[in-house]
Amino acid sequence: MCLTMSEEPELILADLSDDDLVEQMKDDLYDGMGPEITEGTKILLDRGWDANRILSESLVEAMRIVGLDFADGILFVPEVLSAANAMKGGMELLRPILAASDTQVSTGRVVIGTVKGDIHDIGKNLVGMMLEGAGFEVFDLGINTSLDEFLEAIDKHDPHILGMSALLTTTMPYMGVVIEDLEKRNMLKNLPVMIGGAPVNQEFADAVKANAYGPDAATTAELAKTIVGVNR
Amino acid sequence: MARTVLTSPTKEVVIGFDQPFVMIGERINPTNRPKFSKELGAGNYWRVKKEAEAQIAAGAQVLDVNVGVPLTDEAKIMEEVITMLQTEVEAPLVIDSSVMAALESGIAAYKGRPLINSTTAEEEVMERILPLVAKYDCAVVAISNDDTGISEDPDVRFEVAKRIVNRASDYGIKREDIVVDPLVMPIGAVNSAGKDVFKLVGRLRHELGVNTTCGASNVAFGLPNRHAVHNAFLPMLQAAGMTSAILNVYDEGLVPAIKAGDMLAGNDPDCANWIARSRPKPVAGEGGRRGGGGRRGRRG
Repeated sequence: MCLTMSEEPELILADLSDDDLVEQMKDDLYDGMGPEITEGTKILLDRGWDANRILSESLVEAMRIVGLDFADGILFVPEVLSAANAMKGGMELLRPILAASDTQVSTGRVVIGTVKGDIHDIGKNLVGMMLEGAGFEVFDLGINTSLDEFLEAIDKHDPHILGMSALLTTTMPYMGVVIEDLEKRNMLKNLPVMIGGAPVNQEFADAVKANAYGPDAATTAELAKTIVGVNR
Repeated sequence: MARTVLTSPTKEVVIGFDQPFVMIGERINPTNRPKFSKELGAGNYWRVKKEAEAQIAAGAQVLDVNVGVPLTDEAKIMEEVITMLQTEVEAPLVIDSSVMAALESGIAAYKGRPLINSTTAEEEVMERILPLVAKYDCAVVAISNDDTGISEDPDVRFEVAKRIVNRASDYGIKREDIVVDPLVMPIGAVNSAGKDVFKLVGRLRHELGVNTTCGASNVAFGLPNRHAVHNAFLPMLQAAGMTSAILNVYDEGLVPAIKAGDMLAGNDPDCANWIARSRPKPVAGEGGRRGGGGRRGRRG
């Protein structure tokens, strides 16, 4: 494979037309090529592209395809992580511009965290990456997150969705505790809750009155889009 | 030299530095298995029995028993499953739960010396689990994480394990009854996961003098062809000095790879176990061995 690549003429991103560059960036992001994504993002910005358009037409679109192939078992966890990392490089350039403009069209804001007593975070991190890949602003509270920490983050970030994760049968009831408290505060109406984690299933999600259960990271991102009304 | 002795009424299995690697079957576990979960919740344990027998036939010396189904009375299920299993199979059992009441009911129902899975170095967890281990004189898996989470630094994880060993000794629990789980991270997310564990296992064995175990199947989470990864990982763990693992004995080629690993590590005198399991079967019509009566118990 290395041999074939060295025989090919080197691809100069700056020489490509806008359309070809966007196509190339989608391939590069799928292949987890960080520096190329950063370079491509820069070129499009220099050519006067709107940051929102770069985000949606190249980065988010590429991550959507990554998500589909991940869900279908064609791509695997390390590849998804590489793609998400490649996207980060582009996002670092776009984020300040997006934040400064008032025409920001993020898909939505999501607060996520692994619940109190639980320190497992690989699945939760994957979900965070796929959500970012889908264009969401993600506020990740990390592991061992208490009710108060969730409430504080909800107050601060005014999210469209709350996501909770647990890997243990002993810690998963805490998701129900949080949801119950939100219900008492009459906050559930405006804040759909998604839950996930190895022992979690639809039945449990129903029992604790969660709005949605995400069986894997890619499906979770798609469900989140449906919840905020992007998937119709 | 650490010898962790696990027993059932009729069988003893020793985890130790000079012993064959102890394969603990992981399949009695309903996580991500909706049918299994539903059956356990309904008090229907046929699949537990089936998995127990099949895993022993595949080579498991010990069985991990996890009956964690959300929204059920796990303590009651654990007690019933342990009691049922001990009438059906001889293998010693690992009582695996994150629910204190289920560990208690499982231990109380168990005849012999089980392995308890698990304690961590979290203060609250040690305060609950260690007195139970001491009271029933059993062995315990010690997972090397604490209140601050799982450190990515193997040296920190070593110190965490050491803290559990020291705390356990305050309760009168011997070092040889602590089997440290150095925590295997998915290699797909943490690229140094393999070499971190190999390094840590060596230190745990040589500096702390404890037996070790791990949930081996975690390493290939999210990767294709997982069983081939397991087949490479386990012999590497054996070479690093690990003495047991919770694993999937159904993985094709895994049990023979571990048995060969025992032999190569010098824990199979005269290669007897290896030969016994690998000797070509006599072809029909031709005779088998011409002498001997089957190997008798060794003298002395």
